[in-house]
Amino acid sequence: MSEKTHEITCIVCPLGCRISVTTSGKTVKCVEGHTCKQGLMYARSEALNPCRMLTTSIFVDNGEWPLVSIKTTKTVPKKQVFSVLEQIKETRVKAPVTCGQILLKNVCNTGIDVVATKTVKKKP
Amino acid sequence: MTTRNIDVVIIGGGPAGLAAACTAKQHGAKDVVIFDRNDWMGGILNQCIHDGFGVEETGLSMTGTEYAEMYMQQARDHGVELLKGAMVLSLSNDRELVVVHKKGVQQIKAKAVVLAMGCRERTRWNILIPGTRPSGVYTAGVAQSLINLYNIMPGKNVVILGSGDVGLIMARRLKFEGANIHGVVEILPYASGLPRNVVQCLDDYDIPLYLNHTVTCIEGKEQLEQVTISQVDEQWNIIKGTERTIPCDTLLLSLGLIPENELSKQAGVALDPVTGGPVVSEKLETSVPGIFACGNCLQVYDTVDMLAIDAKHAGEQAALFSQSIKKQKKTTEIMLQAGEGIRYVIPQKIMQTGTIRCTLRVKKPQKNVTIQANSDNKILVKKKQRFVNPANMVSFSLRVTQEILDGKQSVEVYIV
Repeated sequence: MSEKTHEITCIVCPLGCRISVTTSGKTVKCVEGHTCKQGLMYARSEALNPCRMLTTSIFVDNGEWPLVSIKTTKTVPKKQVFSVLEQIKETRVKAPVTCGQILLKNVCNTGIDVVATKTVKKKP
Repeated sequence: MTTRNIDVVIIGGGPAGLAAACTAKQHGAKDVVIFDRNDWMGGILNQCIHDGFGVEETGLSMTGTEYAEMYMQQARDHGVELLKGAMVLSLSNDRELVVVHKKGVQQIKAKAVVLAMGCRERTRWNILIPGTRPSGVYTAGVAQSLINLYNIMPGKNVVILGSGDVGLIMARRLKFEGANIHGVVEILPYASGLPRNVVQCLDDYDIPLYLNHTVTCIEGKEQLEQVTISQVDEQWNIIKGTERTIPCDTLLLSLGLIPENELSKQAGVALDPVTGGPVVSEKLETSVPGIFACGNCLQVYDTVDMLAIDAKHAGEQAALFSQSIKKQKKTTEIMLQAGEGIRYVIPQKIMQTGTIRCTLRVKKPQKNVTIQANSDNKILVKKKQRFVNPANMVSFSLRVTQEILDGKQSVEVYIV
């Protein structure tokens, strides 16, 4: 299998080390440039399977606000970020919404749910 | 006009005000009231739908909205009175306030006051960008509130000036909402926001970051049509021949924040020209007895966690003051001064013995340094840092002994 080099900026601390990770398929061949253990761990996972927490908002009908802010319950693989956003954009919910309430289950078959991060009451 | 007596009045119901109110209650203040001029509590947190809040404080990465809900619940549980839509019109040096709210105008006599008014965004006029005055030029925070609270998109083709965290987060937010981000322009040779945000907001979406660049012209008749960006040298002089135009309909400005202290000035509170906030003692008490300061009106914080630590301290001290109005005996006062490599340090004054928490910002990024505090040629604190950066506030503890106070020499903090 061919080798691939990923240039990564570490986000573990404000130092922001430049780390280069060489991978071959699903295995890490070489990591260079890290200066701590956490940096090494971060660079490995970032090279093999980069994931992101997604936060955005969903339309609310009849609420005191037109939107409710949301987050994914787990980090989403980077490749699927825009397809997940797409499905979230098509969703509408009805007020009231409580902070922590699940608004979408198993978004894009990822096994990840979408929950409200804010309480939106009904329009008075 | 009705009059009301209150133990601790808190001006501003953002994260600082809420945190201060909770500790004021915990430390025995009977009635604690927060006045906020918005129709909601939580301040700017309500439009911060991204995560990363509360990590240092709770170990959890919450969104700004979740963090606000947590503190509002705590405030309600402690029996804090939250008055929304209540604007403080005036504050005097003997802690009398005039407040206007839905039930009318009220005069308040407070035993202690906590200033927690937050800050404002720097605008185009603070840095005097030449050009016409079209619509489509927004501060990043205003654009954030339009998108996240009111469901209004400012535009489709966006340039962002300033690489502070709000600017970076808005780049990603606009991208998620389908806008084209043509670049983030930063006058400094490095990004001013956290590396985490540079990676996750710009690099992830291939948004270019133009370092050593600034916007030198804004053009458009009704709506913004284009901006000119130019490269600058080390002294921030525009390098001729580097100008290029970027067609766009929206320019977001993320130029930093200015502490909001109009009420503080009214009360005669002395301000520090460097921080833009009040000069405070280790109790976070301002130059006016019984008036305390916390949050972004004291200094602009980079994380809500650091802000909450100090705000809780201010709330506690305000509560203690409200219970012992008896005259404080005149104590010696020594200064804590920013020396070589340090932009500012808070508190600016030390009046009592004990271990105090200090926060500072450095002037420029540096690797492998030691932050030291000296008094009378004696080293009091040595804190090694692998990396310091103006964007990251540094905190340290200082043990103040009677000997230091008696020496009447100021304590100087500097970088080696």
